Amino acid sequence: MSAVAVDGVWKFYGDYPALRDIRLEAPPGSCLALIGRNGAGKTTLLRTIAGFMRPGRGEIRILGKSPRETETRRNLGFIGHGIAVYDELSAFENLRLYGRLYNLPDPKRSALEWLERTGLDRVRDGLVREFSRGMRQRLAVARAFLHEPSVLLLDEPFTALDDRAIAVLQRLLREALAARKTIILSTHQLREALELASHVALLARGQVAFHGPCTPEMVSDPGYVYAQYGEG
Amino acid sequence: MGFFRQVLVVAAKDLRAEFRTKEAINASLAFALVILVLFSFAFDPLEETTRAISGGLLWIVFAFAGALLLNRSFTRELANDCLDALVAAPVSAAGLFLGKALANYVLIFGVELVALPVFGVFYNVHWTQFFWQLMLVLLLGNWGVTIIGTVFSALTVNLRLREVMLPMLIYPMLLPALAAAMQLTGYLVTGTPITKENISWLQMLAGFDVMFTAVSLVLIEHVLVG
Repeated sequence: MSAVAVDGVWKFYGDYPALRDIRLEAPPGSCLALIGRNGAGKTTLLRTIAGFMRPGRGEIRILGKSPRETETRRNLGFIGHGIAVYDELSAFENLRLYGRLYNLPDPKRSALEWLERTGLDRVRDGLVREFSRGMRQRLAVARAFLHEPSVLLLDEPFTALDDRAIAVLQRLLREALAARKTIILSTHQLREALELASHVALLARGQVAFHGPCTPEMVSDPGYVYAQYGEG
Repeated sequence: MGFFRQVLVVAAKDLRAEFRTKEAINASLAFALVILVLFSFAFDPLEETTRAISGGLLWIVFAFAGALLLNRSFTRELANDCLDALVAAPVSAAGLFLGKALANYVLIFGVELVALPVFGVFYNVHWTQFFWQLMLVLLLGNWGVTIIGTVFSALTVNLRLREVMLPMLIYPMLLPALAAAMQLTGYLVTGTPITKENISWLQMLAGFDVMFTAVSLVLIEHVLVG
């Protein structure tokens, strides 16, 4: 069974089809890099897989279930364009809140553990609005990994990250893959993504132009997929 | 996590965030007090007519001040895309909605409790005469305002003109509840208790609350997930 299966998904914004008959699969323990130019449909596809919007047609299954089922959401981690933490709360309060929402056995302990893993333990009681950009990003990473999800959906995860946050994220993603968790990430930073990816999907105008294993040619020349299958 | 624990976690988060910034509560409270004082200059507090319409004035103030708080309810989630994280969490949409509604309810009720004595002084009404009946009307009327306001706050959260759209949408919807609350408050502050003669207003208010709470709980998943 695929960890994530996208079967004939269409998504319309008004009359405009943002996604057209998308068919993708991500086996357990794989890392699928979604690449494509701006407006290709990467974010829409990730948000649809995450259950933030319903597909117009087609079906999405995560670990064999619908994305909106409670059990699915418990196993899903998402990093979007925003950091998804509250400026008015402290780092610790934010993580404890999500720990409670995910019904973790000991939200306080989990929050403290992830603050330490992301190097934020010394500022645990500081309000997020007083954090530097890099600290906010690391907190966002901690928030997404807090409940140890089996499937991670990451929308442009490396964009705007500082060096330390990139290092933290890459380490956590490698650990996740070693633990046979499934990752789908959209990115423009091909080199970072392809170093992690086991599979690649190229989206062009809402359609899958290429979907297959990540090959050494792709890693050595990140423009290879675009040159072979893209719109030039 | 149990449904009611989800509700409490979401409500506690909203209240904590609001009390830390006090953005909406200060604006709402200041608005309520200023309007109550201003209206008191427009009408002679010694006239019987003023007391007769004071229940209506009070609920107009509560509804307007409430809209200021309700506008912030889901807008707060837009910063940093927090709404995505809430929708992605294994919390039922109904639990999320009720949690936010509960936080709004507490905040609006707080504003009402502060505004009531001011209302009593400036409008020369004996609002403590049937205190518990008045509290019942406040609790029921407040829930009606909160439930409609919270669901429309979720509906309008992605609109550019949401601050304008929210009041325009909720006031027509609230007409039955506001009409009942105004009538009942008018009776109570002018010395008429709730009896068999006028209990139909209370029944209408309670019915409104039950009906719109049920409808909101059924629809909220579709409102939050586009």
